[in-house]
Amino acid sequence: MRKYLSSAWQALFGDPVRAFGVVSLGLLLALAIAPAKEHFSQWHGYQRRYLTLIRDRGDAVSLRRRFQPGIHQIWLPELGVVDRCTTCHLGLNEASLADVNQQPFRKHPAIPHSLDGFGCVICHGGQGAATTVAEAHHSERDGEEPILPARYIESGCGQCHQNALPGTPQLNLGRRMLTRYGCVHCHAITLPDGAKVAATDHPPSLAHIADKTTREWIYTWLKDPQAYAASTTMPDYKLSDTDASDISSYLVSTSTPQAGDTATAGTKSAAQTDPAAGPSLYGESFCSSCHAVQNAAGNLVGGDVGPELTRIGNKVKPEWLAAWLQNPRIYDATTPMPHYRFTAQQITILTGYLQGKSDSDYGANVHLDAANANQIAHGRKRIVELGCAACHEINGVQKPENFAPELSSIGSKPLAQIVFLPGMEHTLPSYIVAKIRQPRAFGASVKMPQFTMTNSQTDALTTALLSLTSRSRSMPDNLRVAAIQETNYQPAGHAGKLINELACFSCHRINGRGSEMAPDLTWEGSSVQRQWLTDFLHNPNTLRPSLIRRMPRFNLSESDNKELTDYILAVYQSPAIDPELAPTATNSPEIVEHGRQLFYSKYACQACHIADTKTDKGYIGPTLTQVGSRLTAAWVYAWLRNPQALRPGTAEPNQNLSDDDARALTAFLMSLKGPGGRRVKP
Amino acid sequence: MMRRFDQCRTFRSSAWVALLALATLAGCKRNAIPVPGLKATTAGTAIVESSGGHQIGATGTALQDPLVVQVNDDQGTAVPGALVEFHGPAGVSFDPAAMLTDSSGQATTSVTLGAIAGRYQLSAVTPGKSRPVTLEIVETALGYQQRLGSILADKYCNRCHDPESSPERVSNYDNLEVKPHPFTEGNTLNKMSDADLTSIIQHGGPALNRSALMPAYGNTLSVADVRALIAYTRAVADPPYQPAGMVYARK
Repeated sequence: MRKYLSSAWQALFGDPVRAFGVVSLGLLLALAIAPAKEHFSQWHGYQRRYLTLIRDRGDAVSLRRRFQPGIHQIWLPELGVVDRCTTCHLGLNEASLADVNQQPFRKHPAIPHSLDGFGCVICHGGQGAATTVAEAHHSERDGEEPILPARYIESGCGQCHQNALPGTPQLNLGRRMLTRYGCVHCHAITLPDGAKVAATDHPPSLAHIADKTTREWIYTWLKDPQAYAASTTMPDYKLSDTDASDISSYLVSTSTPQAGDTATAGTKSAAQTDPAAGPSLYGESFCSSCHAVQNAAGNLVGGDVGPELTRIGNKVKPEWLAAWLQNPRIYDATTPMPHYRFTAQQITILTGYLQGKSDSDYGANVHLDAANANQIAHGRKRIVELGCAACHEINGVQKPENFAPELSSIGSKPLAQIVFLPGMEHTLPSYIVAKIRQPRAFGASVKMPQFTMTNSQTDALTTALLSLTSRSRSMPDNLRVAAIQETNYQPAGHAGKLINELACFSCHRINGRGSEMAPDLTWEGSSVQRQWLTDFLHNPNTLRPSLIRRMPRFNLSESDNKELTDYILAVYQSPAIDPELAPTATNSPEIVEHGRQLFYSKYACQACHIADTKTDKGYIGPTLTQVGSRLTAAWVYAWLRNPQALRPGTAEPNQNLSDDDARALTAFLMSLKGPGGRRVKP
Repeated sequence: MMRRFDQCRTFRSSAWVALLALATLAGCKRNAIPVPGLKATTAGTAIVESSGGHQIGATGTALQDPLVVQVNDDQGTAVPGALVEFHGPAGVSFDPAAMLTDSSGQATTSVTLGAIAGRYQLSAVTPGKSRPVTLEIVETALGYQQRLGSILADKYCNRCHDPESSPERVSNYDNLEVKPHPFTEGNTLNKMSDADLTSIIQHGGPALNRSALMPAYGNTLSVADVRALIAYTRAVADPPYQPAGMVYARK
């Protein structure tokens, strides 16, 4: 061996010239290391492949001219972006590469932002500064986040856009769920602009619960809320029998009776009424606009504003239900349920009908013994531990502050702070999904209850949570698009009291407050005629036959009706509508005829509207057969000129009518006064 | 996934070659290797789609309805207990990817499409009596722009253009004297250029000498909205839309 080494030494460095040659060669090789390393680097390989790809294309010359060799970088200091993704993703901005399906050379799909202005990691996550695929896409070292799976991509939009964008349905759904499922009762979320996310659900107060229902029902409900109502947002706390029994005993024992909470009148005569009267009153009152009922096929039919009523007969006491239907605001002053002003007979019918919605198997085997003081005390202890009072008002238990971890920056939660379950992918999205799906899998002591959500709902909620990043808090204010905040508008006087009692805001929006289920009433006073409004409030005949959700009928007294009509006509006036400038309500037959021709020929309004029930079939917009007795000429004219200016987002297209056309059409429409499209000649 | 890759990187090249050979072998015999834990009791000779094909979803998300296929024998009766495997291009995942047909001969899986917009050709394979039988299924994933288009179409267009009614939305299609084209009607819409579609949306039917029942949306929808609507109609066209453009010939 030794001999072999010495002969090798002789061969290489035997004489000075040879030694010089060998050392020079060694030096040369050492110098070649750096360029070789770059040549064989991953990104260089991709750039060579890109050049091969574009070589044979028709626009090879211009593609080649726009190609720059070397490492590319998008640097946006104010956003903290250093993205080198475009080093390999070379075709992102090349429109002519739309047909290339081979990554990393695909064209970026069309989005509203320029890639150079925002970079890549803002939406996609990953490590922008890395120059190898493994590090950029998949790094998990030192709490680095790998690239965001495509299904949460809308969370990127939500970092700047606090408002609901039309193109991000998943994010919008997730944000609605954060407020609707009551997440924010326990988890505080402060938006980057300082606004606190407020819950939109209405967890009932439990202060007078014993008036409403029995301890047995509470027990059965607590054991499995979804068994009572599949659509309820109340989560399952997986309570033991003892816990459920003790909590129910505490709630019932501390419940205080509320004066006027129970009504005894008329409940017995329910059996004598016509069996069809119940369903028909339920239908006429449009209860299903807000309440859902499971039909025979197991599908929920109806709205989700109020609780599901499939098994309501199992839950409520008849005398409480009668009192509630008489005036729900006695039991719950802030309920979204309107005060219908039902007659005593109607209450009897409706109570009987709703009591019949029950399931004889539900809670049939529950027999609870009277609880002793220890059990009641234990019930209270569990209520405090589980944070029931974060959502519900409960006598003797204070609403806890900051009951659960704040989620304002959950989208940037460092991975080092997360305890992952064995076998779980070590990424933030998979942690959030697992936590929403099965919170108790993270330990028996976890208080978070089990929610019932579909996979797409879980994804939506995860998207909304991932958008709450620390970048969204640190970015410049001018990039932020604020959400439309609900105002605390409160109409004044007796009419204001009526508007609250009828719960108009549960369906209508006025001055930025209220739901968007029914038309915005902010300018209603400019829009409608007095006689029509009075008649409509008395008996709301439907304007759009194809709608399921409709205005219910309230038994308003003459004076209340007048009060409300006066208020709407006087206060809800649009400054943009000038009755002086608008055409008069009566016009010459020539101009009416001209308008008729415009309606049927030039603008073909009959595609969506019915002006004459004999000939027209359009089913999308409101029926116009008596629009001349419903709307004011000024409103019709202004609406025709620009519908979106009066009601943003309305589906009627702005046809950019000339003044003459708008006046002629208004004249025609105002001539449609009577039922059946009979035109009244002036 | 990446974990495993990282470990692989420390392999020597010989190991790489062996791995590659193994992978190729596994790839070739993919349909023949039984999935561990699933033992087919019977085999059918035909596989048909029950439901869940031709769905439209967003990129990277699970399709709304599950994909259901049925395995039949020669007589066309359902075969329970037959193995069905689902395959798709990279990025598509199935839950589960392989299963035995249930008592009614059906196999149900939920499909998550990949991150790239476009049509996805999926296949369901059952071993069969003598050779594997394959069923091709097509699903469509919409990108951001196309999905925005689908949302706009729902709001502004589908009440007339979609002949199907749902409880929430009654179609106006039957009430129109001149019938509009459903957006999936590729035979008609594929022949119209983007410029034609843009002008008919912006200026209404009369712009192209068509029915005035189609109103002008140029003052209601932005240019980007119109582009999104066109991208959507192109994505859902059946037969598929082939964009006209440069033809790249090899030198």
